[in-house]
Amino acid sequence: MYLTELSQTSYEDLIIDLYTDIGTKNESEGNNMKKLVCMVLAAMMLLSGVAFAEGKLSIQGSTSVTPLMEKLVAAFPDKSVECEVQGTGSSAGIKAAIEGTADLGMSSRNLKEAELAELTPIIIAMDGIAVVVNPENSVKSLTKEQVSQVFKGEIVNWKDLGGEDAPIVLISREAGSGTRDAFEELMELTTEKDGKKLSLVDFAYPIVASGNGEVKQNVATKKGAIGYLSLGSVDDTLVAAKIDDVEATPENIKNNTYAIARPFIVVTKGAPRADVQALIDFILGAEGQQIVADNHYITMG
Amino acid sequence: MNRTSQKAIEALFLLSAIISVIALGLILWFILMKGIPALREIGIWEFVSGDLWMPSADLYGILPMIVSSLLVTLGAVAVGTPVSILAALFLTQLAPKKLANAAQVVIELLAAIPSVVYGFFGLALIVPTIDKWSGGYGGNSLFAGIIILAMMILPTIISVSATSLKAVPEAYKDASLALGESITGTSYRVMLPAAKTGVFTAIVLGIGRAVGETMAVILVMGNTPRMPDFFNKGLAALFQPTRTLTGNIAIEMGYATGLHEGALFATATVLLVFIVIINLTLWWIQKKAGSVQ
Repeated sequence: MYLTELSQTSYEDLIIDLYTDIGTKNESEGNNMKKLVCMVLAAMMLLSGVAFAEGKLSIQGSTSVTPLMEKLVAAFPDKSVECEVQGTGSSAGIKAAIEGTADLGMSSRNLKEAELAELTPIIIAMDGIAVVVNPENSVKSLTKEQVSQVFKGEIVNWKDLGGEDAPIVLISREAGSGTRDAFEELMELTTEKDGKKLSLVDFAYPIVASGNGEVKQNVATKKGAIGYLSLGSVDDTLVAAKIDDVEATPENIKNNTYAIARPFIVVTKGAPRADVQALIDFILGAEGQQIVADNHYITMG
Repeated sequence: MNRTSQKAIEALFLLSAIISVIALGLILWFILMKGIPALREIGIWEFVSGDLWMPSADLYGILPMIVSSLLVTLGAVAVGTPVSILAALFLTQLAPKKLANAAQVVIELLAAIPSVVYGFFGLALIVPTIDKWSGGYGGNSLFAGIIILAMMILPTIISVSATSLKAVPEAYKDASLALGESITGTSYRVMLPAAKTGVFTAIVLGIGRAVGETMAVILVMGNTPRMPDFFNKGLAALFQPTRTLTGNIAIEMGYATGLHEGALFATATVLLVFIVIINLTLWWIQKKAGSVQ
């Protein structure tokens, strides 16, 4: 499974070995040797990439599911299966699964009807979406209605939410993000126009962060910022606001009191291959679900 | 033997020239091949005049990005050009030789700093500073983009202007000074007009750098795919987050598939048109200057 990484490490050892050899030779010869060695190594790495591309398990999709999937894959006992996890976004992952370029797609939003016709979804965990504010912000509790108004741009100052007189800085996500799709759906932040579902958040001029990490960085550094991100990604640089007086915790999502939650889904096209099925079984099994729980996601039991 | 090696070297030169042409050809072919079908499907007019970019709703309008790209570029040139030209005049006309040489090194270094470093600097210093002054809103904005880009185009405009100022015959300066004009007056009224072709070239090159800049503007501009709302907000719209054409491609390419991906290539096509216009302008300036001489 860690074949690529392992082999790279051994290349590095090889470089060190070769350099040690070169050290004993004279200067100009050594330089030429170095160049040659570098070229050969570069070629080997390129070739190894191609060689290893066969027979590996490609997992693509949601950047929210990716950190969890990486941990699950790392713990997967069958080391003969090499897995490659790529965070490309939910929509991209679903597309890749439909086209067959990914063996397993990851999504952090529910599938659309057209997608369901082609794919089999399996929920591997639930994840809350936390509404996060800067730790210095005095507002740490909001109603669902308030959150919705804030992200529509109807409330633009923290004083209207019981905080300081300071402008609200909205942090949203880029188009294609599963977290954004799920958040907009759960918070009713879309409107129908000419049969097209428009995002109302864009009309409120949010800063667009690409990825959970960038949301975190923005909220952590801007005192008046508010954003949303995967509950599993919340750390002590920001505060997850209470929604309708309910704290965003895995327990509260499980007992249905914290309402902003969405499923983490893996999708396969048709009947999965044996190695893919083994991975899914592992994820849904006791050990996999323990990893889910350990990383602050909600288990499926 | 000598002749064979001569031929071989000529062939090598030719090959190198062909490689650069092939590189350009490949890029053009690839962008157009991916971009044009998307343009057809969306409709060219809808694409360049639509003011909503919402790929999830299949809405692909890049007018906000075109406007932002133009505004941030014009803003950067408006801020950067006077500073650059005055700096170039100082370095070539007024500064002692030692200082001028030292400044030359500094300017070259400024030009060599990678754009991501400029962006990071902007994110760490300029954005929080604007946030502080504006009471918490407006750090990631058009304004921050203008400031960063103005800094980035300084070295281009200064060095190209300085080169053309140095090329002005010394006799012009001597004659002006002998007639009793002050050194600043000479710089401004004699040397600068004499070097104007070079200065215009410098400005256009600066525009070219600003339009194509990606990394630095992504980091500081906030990247909302909306037009700065000057109609309702007036100048305060300078402090709204907005997205450039380059930013649109870079931000979403990792997530894009299908028509969305095609629309990003179509964005690149529009960007390409911009670059061609800039290069034609440059060519026109130089041709005009050539015919005058």
